[in-house]
Amino acid sequence: MLYLIRYGEIALKGKNRKFFVDTLTRNIKESLQGLEARIISEHSRIFVEVNKEEHDEEVKHRLQRVFGIVSLSPVSTADLSVEDIQERALELLQSSHTPPFTFKVETRRANKSFSYTSPEMNKMLGAYLLKNMLNNMEDISVDVHNPDVELFVEIRGQEAYLFLESYPGPGGLPLGVSGKGLLLLSGGIDSPVAGWLCMKRGLQIEAVHFHSYPFTSERSKEKVKELAQKLAEYSSSSINLHVIPFTEIQKEIQLHCPKELSITVMRRMMFRLGRDLAQILRAQVLITGESLGQVASQTIENMHAASIGVDLPVFRPLLGMDKQEIINKSQTINTYDTSIKPYEDCCTVFLPEHPVTRPKLSRVNEIEQNLDVDALIEKCLHNYETFTFKLTRQHTYI
Amino acid sequence: MEEIYLDNCSTTPLFTEVMEAMYKAQLQYGNPSSLHFKGIQAEKYVEEARKIIAGALKASPEEIIFTSGGTEANNLAIKGLAYRHYRKGSHLITTPVEHPSALNTFQQLQQEGFSVSYMRIDQDGYIDLDYLKTMLSNNTTLVSFIHVNNETGTIQNIKNICRMVKDFNPNILVHADGVQALGKIPLRPGQYNLDALTISAHKIHGPKGTGALWIKNGVLLQPLFQGGNQENNLRPGTENVAGITGFGKAVSEYINSYAGKVANLHRFKHLFFQELKEKVEVYINGPELKQGAPHIINLSFPGIKSEVLIRSLEEQGIYSSPGSACHSRNNQPSHVLVSLGLNKERIDGAVRFSFSVLNTEEEIEYSAKQVAHCVKDLQKLVF
Repeated sequence: MLYLIRYGEIALKGKNRKFFVDTLTRNIKESLQGLEARIISEHSRIFVEVNKEEHDEEVKHRLQRVFGIVSLSPVSTADLSVEDIQERALELLQSSHTPPFTFKVETRRANKSFSYTSPEMNKMLGAYLLKNMLNNMEDISVDVHNPDVELFVEIRGQEAYLFLESYPGPGGLPLGVSGKGLLLLSGGIDSPVAGWLCMKRGLQIEAVHFHSYPFTSERSKEKVKELAQKLAEYSSSSINLHVIPFTEIQKEIQLHCPKELSITVMRRMMFRLGRDLAQILRAQVLITGESLGQVASQTIENMHAASIGVDLPVFRPLLGMDKQEIINKSQTINTYDTSIKPYEDCCTVFLPEHPVTRPKLSRVNEIEQNLDVDALIEKCLHNYETFTFKLTRQHTYI
Repeated sequence: MEEIYLDNCSTTPLFTEVMEAMYKAQLQYGNPSSLHFKGIQAEKYVEEARKIIAGALKASPEEIIFTSGGTEANNLAIKGLAYRHYRKGSHLITTPVEHPSALNTFQQLQQEGFSVSYMRIDQDGYIDLDYLKTMLSNNTTLVSFIHVNNETGTIQNIKNICRMVKDFNPNILVHADGVQALGKIPLRPGQYNLDALTISAHKIHGPKGTGALWIKNGVLLQPLFQGGNQENNLRPGTENVAGITGFGKAVSEYINSYAGKVANLHRFKHLFFQELKEKVEVYINGPELKQGAPHIINLSFPGIKSEVLIRSLEEQGIYSSPGSACHSRNNQPSHVLVSLGLNKERIDGAVRFSFSVLNTEEEIEYSAKQVAHCVKDLQKLVF
């Protein structure tokens, strides 16, 4: 099987184009590791040739998860002669469709030195197919408005490419071209989507999770690992998840801070830990799943209070999304089913009845005097665990 | 770190002897239905176990039908009896505090057109007998209830229930779910005038995936599955020879080697509770200490969420369960504790400790101390 890969936006990147295309090619190569496939880079197209039939589906599955790819099609190639193009077209149609059906031919002649124009080719190919497709001619017919089957023919410099279908890729920019970010991954619906959206714009990510055993269960940690695994399917290679033990901070907050401000203080501690971990990992930005006004802690005042001490940019890609939009996205990227598993995270166990929505910074600072912030942070950072999740094979056969 | 397992209502560790017996049985790979020697060998294993289990219930071997566990046995009894006796009537009676394998089976029958009534229970989980009497009708064919409740340890008075039902009409069938009763309290289904009784292997240190239904000689039952003629045509499918062997071995170990230790369970429960009561505020959910099953105690501590306490205890190597293990994966409150009329805080805080003959007195004392310790620690955080 030969896949033709299309990339959109990258082609417009002017002088940086080579960097973008090279990164994309490298990501494709990496994501196809372990499969019998090779990459053929040519002008503004990339082809992937699969040499083992049982890897076809897996290659398609993975390519559809490489950021930067707009779409891909399984293609047949033909020499630059009308006869060869006709024969290949017939083969392609016969192997994929059984009459009766209606069809249409759509030719694009990129190579203007080819001797027939696109409309001429459409006509010639259509006539040939009608005449040669099986015996009973009544079973197939041309329908240019609403065909069952569309045959695309692209005539290029060296060869012509024929294909029937296109599968969407995730679009966006190749992973890594934008740098590296650290995702605060909670186990809910939002944060994996936030991470995915940043990956889509070319950010390589690592994830951090704050674990408060025994206030949250071992299963909730497993759930976060599962989410990291789901994101790893889009990573071209792997994703690191860092789990920071948060119990001690949680206890200190419960003991020393007024209930209604406990969430604000907790989130400040998380951002501080995020900042310090980002420094260790050389990540340039923190990513969160916050959506403006979704819950009490996601007001301007609370967001400000949370990140004011962090001298890194904070990306909140879900800021303008409604809950339903986020849910829809999480279903598309396949994290939803994991996110809704009913294990509590530390936010839900200690959720006070009336958290403050507009905390005063002076008051928060005053309360934090009761905590030995630096010592707590340092202790937590000493004990984090790291798990690596690799791209896994989705299509296997007995 | 030492491990102390106090979640024996969920399941129990295998007796070593059971493991050995199962290994031996696995080596005999024959199919009991085969005509040749291999088949006969395997059949012997199955029939030996059947005899042991029947003996323990003072029943005869042909009254035992092996199943894949308690859930299947409950399904077989409830659906099997309801369908088979449908012509006599379509009214079924059960309680609101059943195990989900019974409760959901009744709900399905209800959807299929049976009428299902639910008995009243009091705050300790006991069936209101006077009310039950008013529920019986000429259309009633089956009364089914859980003998020892898996969440609270409430023991129903089987004899009185059977007597009342049979006095009203001897043709009404009575089924009891005896999964938590087996091995813990005497079980004589024939003497009680029961018609069917569910039991399971893995609650008495036998293997998971094996259970049985005792069905009184002469009581007709419709099978759940179609297939070969195994288990008296009532439960087709090649027998789980190793599982059944393990079940038999667990029962015989109980009778022969652990008979004395069952009496300890009551003592453990008292000891555990007394230790706790001295140190922290604690409430029993269910019947008072003396009355409940010897191995189950369901407790709540003010202000403590069960999940958090359970995980704190796990850090100390002590394993326990929220109200009921079967509910721990969804956030629904236990239907049993709701039926007892307990408030939300009590239900959210309910932790079930369940003991086994393999626990020791030291373990119980140590655990009680740890529980008290954890409770005090956690209460600091929530108050």
